[in-house]
Amino acid sequence: MATLQLKNITKQFGDTKVIKGIDLDVNDREFVVFVGPSGCGKSTLMRMIAGLESASDGDILIDGKRMNEVGPADRGLAMVFQSYALYPHMTVEGNMGFSMRLAGVPKEERRAKVLEAAKILQLEPLLDRKPKALSGGQRQRVAIGRAIVRNPSIFLFDEPLSNLDAALRVQMRIELARLHEELDATMIYVTHDQIEAMTMADKIVVLHDGVVEQVGSPMALYHHPRNRFVAGFIGSPKMNFFTVEQQSIGDDGVTVRLPGGRPCTIPVAGEQLASDEALELGIRPEHLQLDENGPLSGQIKVLERLGGQTSLYVQMGELLITIMADGDVAYRVNDTVQFSFAAERAHLFDAQGLALESLSQHPLASLTRQDNRAATEPAAPGAQV
Amino acid sequence: MTTHRNSAPAHTRSLPVRQLVLTLLGWSIALIIFFPILWMVLTGFKTETAAIADPSFLFSPTLESYQEVQARSGYARFALNSIAVAFGSTFLALLIAIPSAYAMAFLPTKRTKGTLLWMLSTKMLPPVGVLVPIYLIFRDVGLLDTRTGLIIIYTLMNLPIVVWMLYTFFKDMPKDILEAGRMDGASTLQEVFFLLLPLTLPGIASTGLLSVILSWNEAFWSLNLTSSKAAPLTAYIASFSSPEGLFWAKLSAASTMAIAPILILGWMTQKQMVRGLTFGAVK
Repeated sequence: MATLQLKNITKQFGDTKVIKGIDLDVNDREFVVFVGPSGCGKSTLMRMIAGLESASDGDILIDGKRMNEVGPADRGLAMVFQSYALYPHMTVEGNMGFSMRLAGVPKEERRAKVLEAAKILQLEPLLDRKPKALSGGQRQRVAIGRAIVRNPSIFLFDEPLSNLDAALRVQMRIELARLHEELDATMIYVTHDQIEAMTMADKIVVLHDGVVEQVGSPMALYHHPRNRFVAGFIGSPKMNFFTVEQQSIGDDGVTVRLPGGRPCTIPVAGEQLASDEALELGIRPEHLQLDENGPLSGQIKVLERLGGQTSLYVQMGELLITIMADGDVAYRVNDTVQFSFAAERAHLFDAQGLALESLSQHPLASLTRQDNRAATEPAAPGAQV
Repeated sequence: MTTHRNSAPAHTRSLPVRQLVLTLLGWSIALIIFFPILWMVLTGFKTETAAIADPSFLFSPTLESYQEVQARSGYARFALNSIAVAFGSTFLALLIAIPSAYAMAFLPTKRTKGTLLWMLSTKMLPPVGVLVPIYLIFRDVGLLDTRTGLIIIYTLMNLPIVVWMLYTFFKDMPKDILEAGRMDGASTLQEVFFLLLPLTLPGIASTGLLSVILSWNEAFWSLNLTSSKAAPLTAYIASFSSPEGLFWAKLSAASTMAIAPILILGWMTQKQMVRGLTFGAVK
């Protein structure tokens, strides 16, 4: 059992507030990812949870106990650093067993525990090597192994994959997800890479400028971003935004005039909108379709063929719109294209950048990684699916 | 000195003219710096008459001066004092400087830089300015002509440089590693012993070496605060200059014997020294 609660956590360096009152609940065995652009305070927040940085205000509770004044080693946490922070003068075994050596655990017991962790991470043949003689991926695994042997209630990962090359990053991502299943521990993971967040998280915490913009499952954030920032940050390539004119508000949604003049009704709740409020329409590149009769049009400026897909960068007046199209589209640069979108896939943001609430929930919005697993494995007798 | 001699690359064949000029310049400067030492060593092997005759590289070497110097005074006693004082003060300085540098490097406040500069500024004061008060204090507490007294003085003398150097080495140490240690449950003391010291050992070694050399060669305080019991080799050299007049050959022989140990030590560890002194610069 390991839960974490943050209550109105703030952090101030001199006069600058970097964390501006964060409340958060992390449930037992949850994989929570803090994501946000650099400088948003995500690493600082994690360091406060770890005890490497003190909170200026607010409470940090682990399993219901206040931990603000407890030292890093006594919080029952283990942390994997971005730089791995291995002890260069110790062997892999020495690195992994260091915490136990400090705690005065007998050598035999230490070795047994290190071997156990090394087995999970396939590090057994490397135990006598020094970090210098390891590849990036192996170092990463040693750093994780060092965390595992401590048998922590919560694992903290501070951008652990950012020093690896792209191929290794994908591989380690899968390994980390597997490890989470295997260890069944609570994990908190910091990254600026929204793909890591989307693929690994049970719950994503989007941070921006020291505040939480939204907390939710990856699919909830993707389909129902709370505001323009989250909408733009989650999803790759980025969401397209158009300024649109409000026409009418009805039971079936808000009708707006698209660039080019055609009207379109977006199924969102617009009761509280002022009648002249400026609106912004957000549509993801993958939700725009090339369509000869489409309401929108523009000129292709750049064409990126990825094989399976083609990214089209289309000039629409001042805007450069991204469209993810089929890999086989026959268009060329400077061609003019027409395109359309499904109204229920579009998002509408008010003048404050807040999303208008969708009239229907996306069916996958409440999906978690646990549900994914339950769907792919044969259901155990009596299991709830 | 020894390091200068090696600063010129040996393989000048394929290098352009600019390199050649620089190499020649380097060698010339190194030779100019080294010349007095060479001359001293040579003079030590001359007779007294040859030593004051026309300067010449051509002479028949003799050990006469060495024998006389050795017969007249116990070299070993002075050498022992030098060893005790140089290493004692270095040990003490490191003992004080390591915690100070740790605090300054890892827990800095906005006054840390100022404190460091102030420490260094004490080196700008001419020592003679504080000679009288220190002499009187030493006399009153009975530290005159004691090794302890010299160790204290040398420790204080070298402390600013030692702290400053250790501070730069510690600053280069990745903070993450210490934090990882803290997450693993290391106390501050364990952090220092298990992580910081092993990882900055080259830096600590060259700092210690520099401190030993500075203490070994120090003459002002040793001449003023010691007379016989605790006198180190610098006082030993000085004893050959007066009052009977200057005996160049004996003085040179004594000087050679005094600097020989530290010269050999410096020679053996010069790689370490250079690495330590340029550690932060060329990482």
